[in-house]
Amino acid sequence: MSKNVKHAFLEKRVGWLAVAMTIAISIGGLVEITPLLFQKQTNEPVVGLKPYTALQMEGRDIYIREGCNNCHSQMIRPFRSETERYGHYSLAGEHVWERPFLWGSKRTGPDLARVGGRYSDEWHYVHLINPRDVVPESNMPGFPWLAENTLDGELTAKKMEVFRSFGAPYTDEEIAGAKAAVAGKTEMEALIAYLQVLGTGLTQAE
Amino acid sequence: MSSFWSAWIIVLTLAFLVVIIWLLRWNMTNYTGIKEGELMDHEFDGIVEINNPMPKWWTILFWITIVWAFLYLALYPGLGNFAGLLGWSSSNQDVRSLEESKQATEAAREAGLIVEYDRQVDQAEEKFGPVFAALSERSIEELSQDPEAVKIGQRLFIQNCAQCHGSNAMGGKGFPNLTDDDWLYGGSPAAIKHTLIAGRNGVMPAQTQFNDQQITELANYVMSLSGRKVDPELAKAGQANFAVCSACHGADGKGNQALGAPNLTDNIWLYGGSQDAIEETLRNGRNGVMPAWKDILGEDKIHVISSYVYGLSQD
Repeated sequence: MSKNVKHAFLEKRVGWLAVAMTIAISIGGLVEITPLLFQKQTNEPVVGLKPYTALQMEGRDIYIREGCNNCHSQMIRPFRSETERYGHYSLAGEHVWERPFLWGSKRTGPDLARVGGRYSDEWHYVHLINPRDVVPESNMPGFPWLAENTLDGELTAKKMEVFRSFGAPYTDEEIAGAKAAVAGKTEMEALIAYLQVLGTGLTQAE
Repeated sequence: MSSFWSAWIIVLTLAFLVVIIWLLRWNMTNYTGIKEGELMDHEFDGIVEINNPMPKWWTILFWITIVWAFLYLALYPGLGNFAGLLGWSSSNQDVRSLEESKQATEAAREAGLIVEYDRQVDQAEEKFGPVFAALSERSIEELSQDPEAVKIGQRLFIQNCAQCHGSNAMGGKGFPNLTDDDWLYGGSPAAIKHTLIAGRNGVMPAQTQFNDQQITELANYVMSLSGRKVDPELAKAGQANFAVCSACHGADGKGNQALGAPNLTDNIWLYGGSQDAIEETLRNGRNGVMPAWKDILGEDKIHVISSYVYGLSQD
């Protein structure tokens, strides 16, 4: 074999080939992802953004538990066809405290990035119990058990502490009062509280 | 972006392109010392390799992608803080509020930059703006008779209002029917438009001061107002406590559109007219919210929707 055929080295050693491939692929991440971790645009919240209250925090976990993000995105793309329906396109600054973000990737139902304030609490209640009571054409499942299950708030403070470690500006009082704020509330109330705050950090800033 | 990260992106991107060019050129030169088309000096299980060059079409495609990369990076934002020769961007991401978003749009327009999203909006405004502007100059009554305007209004209604009021606008429990003549806040064109622009908040407080017996009596009296058959004893007893209700619903129970207090004498029930439903309303209260649409739809579109809604009950 000619001494010049150096790629034979990689082609015969699968471990080194994997290392070389990892390096080649990582360059894309180093260029496109690493700088974003240090940008004002992705780290500084929009003016009106507030961390989730204890109840909203629990609602967010119910949103995740019930898999709402499988059918609903929370990401309005900068196209007129989307902003006509949903409002101002989503900004990185609205998601700086989201861990994990719930942008989703599939819209069986509508986008929820700015659903906050769009419907009344009563509407959400009726709609979550049985969507077809208000939207006959809907194919969304009902979630009637949310109105029956109550929260005990045992872990709420812990969740808020974890979010504080990510940078959400919770005060000690908020964390201390977290359990009292949610204990006895239904999961329905929590989920509605969460839905009603979505997207309002940008649109309802005082 | 800080100049460090800008340089980081530029150096890595260009270095990577240079490496790719080198790699391609290296692989296109015959450095094996074996002539093209002749056997390479390795063989496995009777299978041999011939020193063939890479296919021409394949290497040409590679060169095209490299040229494309340089062109793209020159024209569009890709290399750190370099904005690209076209001055093009997809949207204004680096804003902190709606106000800043508007300012960024203005600033880009003045600087002659192309923000793709804003361009889409401008194009649509050029096309649809005059249509809505012309419609907004005509009265709601007039529009409600214009089939074209009704069509536009219906589209907007189905997109934005049908979730609560239904695609046939007949509402449901807790969400008013818009096709009848019964209006909580008034059915004049101006009242409808105001409802859409600013929203409404109808609060029926829970009557916690009454015990179960009193609630039942009150419910019977309320039912009697619309001429339904009730236990006269209970209704009479309930009448005594109706003074509390009359503050909003009026002494005669005919409601008050200034407060959004429903007329109790017409047998139209927003939350159900059964004795159970009425008792539940009394016991727990109700909170009817019509969201404000001014910021979402803008006044011109609201004008058209108002005419559609107004027209629904005019036949």
